[in-house]
Amino acid sequence: MTRGDRHRCAWALAAALVAWTVCAPARAEGSRVPLPSIKVDRSTQCVAPPDVMRRSHMEMLKHRRDKTVHQGIRGGDESLKQCLSCHADKTSGAAIGAPDAFCQSCHDYAGVKLDCFDCHQGRPGVQAKLNEAPR
Amino acid sequence: MSDRETPVSRRTLLAGAAAALAGVTLAPGIRLIEVAQAAAEPGKAVSSKVRWGLLIDVGRCVEGCNECVLACNRENGLEGGTRPTDSQWIRIVELKDRRTGRKAQAPVMCQHCANPPCVDVCPTGASFKRADGIVLVDRHTCIGCRYCMMACPYKARSFVHEPLTQQKPDVPRGKGCVESCNLCVHKIDRGDGTTACAEACPTRAILFGDLNDPQSAISRRISEVRTTQLRADLGLDTGVRYTGL
Repeated sequence: MTRGDRHRCAWALAAALVAWTVCAPARAEGSRVPLPSIKVDRSTQCVAPPDVMRRSHMEMLKHRRDKTVHQGIRGGDESLKQCLSCHADKTSGAAIGAPDAFCQSCHDYAGVKLDCFDCHQGRPGVQAKLNEAPR
Repeated sequence: MSDRETPVSRRTLLAGAAAALAGVTLAPGIRLIEVAQAAAEPGKAVSSKVRWGLLIDVGRCVEGCNECVLACNRENGLEGGTRPTDSQWIRIVELKDRRTGRKAQAPVMCQHCANPPCVDVCPTGASFKRADGIVLVDRHTCIGCRYCMMACPYKARSFVHEPLTQQKPDVPRGKGCVESCNLCVHKIDRGDGTTACAEACPTRAILFGDLNDPQSAISRRISEVRTTQLRADLGLDTGVRYTGL
């Protein structure tokens, strides 16, 4: 191995190390357990404490969705729209579509399928681009 | 601080006024308070005191116009395609009497039947009739079997074949589910009191209202003119009625 090769190797190793520290999942203080890297805005309080939300947000949404579809009770703190109004990324406006997006990062980490946004709009306030004239 | 207190006192005043008016009789058996309770109120469960419906005046529907279809597409985020696999919540149907040559056209959408065949055949209970008479698909339970599409005599339902990304926040839609006109249910729940098609019709050929309220514009009109239900022989008691067919 020449001197140049050795240099290149060292640079590649350094780059890999930097990439690993940036991309690797966050770790709890003093723990070897990797955690999902989510950006959470803690300036306001969610509808329930974080540990309750982590475990039961899906039940809250399920309860809410049946009330909405069958009884027409819309809005409120537990609606999906309300979740997105706080938790969507401030720059992209989405809770999905990026590895550190609020919903997606945790679901990727837990290996749980996230299919709400197959139908629901994951970007709040998005204006649908519509073809005015029929095809 | 006084600004904050004003609405409360106004509310108290309004409550008092409503209580005073509660006894006012509008028609035999109908009092003002009952009409007020029947109107869509945000945050309250829908009630069977109302039955939403449409009255379509075929005589006013102008040939070549499809403003209602475009408004429906805009409101609900539909792509606007007309291929057999595209979602169409309203279709403009052209009618021609071969003998006389009389031509007419009318929008046909989900007829919001009181006895909906789509609900009868649904194996999962996804197709249902809401208390206020709107026939809906609960997409959370729809498995996309399309029995309801077969059962509907009006060909009112569409199936979403492709993945979608441009949904409106108020109108979630997705691949693998059946959908149809929902009478702009999100607008009704918001208290708008109209549908996108009725708003957009340039000749006011579409009238939206409460069929159960004898004082509503739609009920008064139905009591004055002869109206037709499409395929009345099926006995489905449709919420969408036509006049001048």
